[in-house]
Amino acid sequence: MADTVTDPAEAPAALRHAEEVMGTVFSFDIRGGEPEAVRTALDHAVAQLHRVNEVFSTYRDDSQVSRLARGELTLAECDAEVAMVLELGAEAEQVSAGWFSTTYEGRLDPTGIVKGWAAERAAELIAAADGVSGVSVNGGGDVQMFGTPGAHRPWRVGVSDPLRPGGLAAVISAAGADELAVATSGTAERGAHIVDPSTGKSAVTDLVAVTVVAPRLTWADCWATAAFAMGSREGLGWLESLPDVEALLITAGDEVRCTGGLAARLG
Amino acid sequence: MHPLNKNRPLRRIVLASAVTASGLVMLLALKPHTAPEVASAPQVVSTPAPSGSASGKAVAGTKTVNGDTVQTRWGPVQVKITVQNGKITDVTAIQSPSDNPRDQEINSYALPQLKSEALAAQSASIDTVSGATYTSDGYRQSLQSALDSAGL
Repeated sequence: MADTVTDPAEAPAALRHAEEVMGTVFSFDIRGGEPEAVRTALDHAVAQLHRVNEVFSTYRDDSQVSRLARGELTLAECDAEVAMVLELGAEAEQVSAGWFSTTYEGRLDPTGIVKGWAAERAAELIAAADGVSGVSVNGGGDVQMFGTPGAHRPWRVGVSDPLRPGGLAAVISAAGADELAVATSGTAERGAHIVDPSTGKSAVTDLVAVTVVAPRLTWADCWATAAFAMGSREGLGWLESLPDVEALLITAGDEVRCTGGLAARLG
Repeated sequence: MHPLNKNRPLRRIVLASAVTASGLVMLLALKPHTAPEVASAPQVVSTPAPSGSASGKAVAGTKTVNGDTVQTRWGPVQVKITVQNGKITDVTAIQSPSDNPRDQEINSYALPQLKSEALAAQSASIDTVSGATYTSDGYRQSLQSALDSAGL
């Protein structure tokens, strides 16, 4: 233990990685840990993401989910993850009164939940590696964090300003939380089909972005998608009713609304 | 009372340091009028720390990162970020449009602005960015890409 006085290099070693998968890029930021264990965990997490893409992609005719949707496979014949994700999707659909759904135009489409779930699982896997003190996995704009990036510093997440490209609307701090996720749904969203459950048609919303802060990304991502479709009035009221959930909503009129507890998370 | 009443509409949260991050990203994210070229992988060049402590930890060195070449509406722009002890200390353009007097005029204010805004983004010290899902191509022009290549 060659501890010297407050060496800036005392911060844990960082391993960064960006992986193109699921039509977007996943960014990994891993702090601390036994190098070999971290490398192994990262490789495992990356392989898992590609496997998830293979199994769940609705863009691939031969994916398990596409074949399940066509009735060529039964759920029991699919990887166990398919049933798991569909169950999570059903729960999200119930909690959001149908505003979040894994069915689109009568066809099975779990795209809206898969990416967040996969990023959360990747972060979880890496966090479990020997000695890792912090991990952040950003799946195309939705982030799951565990631990901290350094001894005296929380993870900090900039929230893109949808009306000022390149600008930030807020900074969310994970101070005091061992696990935190930040997910944003917006008009630029790809992959999520947003439908009004009462009309079955494309949802009409007054929002340009919803950012949800919650312990786990699977839910943060689903709630952001659902609240975006609901619009500012119903969306905000509904988000307030969910435990451990804070949110920032930006309307097309450039108005910012947020849940009562969000201020405590602003960095 | 109406449930919405307890949710005070916040005035836009203005973070001086965060907002200034926009300049950097705007240069990186301006809509190209031609298809963006496939970006080359960031090239990282490390140099040993200038004399300094005997600890010789790699972190103590100065690192320069060449960002991806990005097509802006003015033409291709590529920046070099200098990182010292984990902090951005300088941003320079290693490629920028300079074909005509108008380009040179734009460079004379856009490039110094890029530098000051990148330094401000640094002081906002964010680790990552949340926003509506980007495509793989969109990623290359995003602040997240800049953060990943800077490796801070």
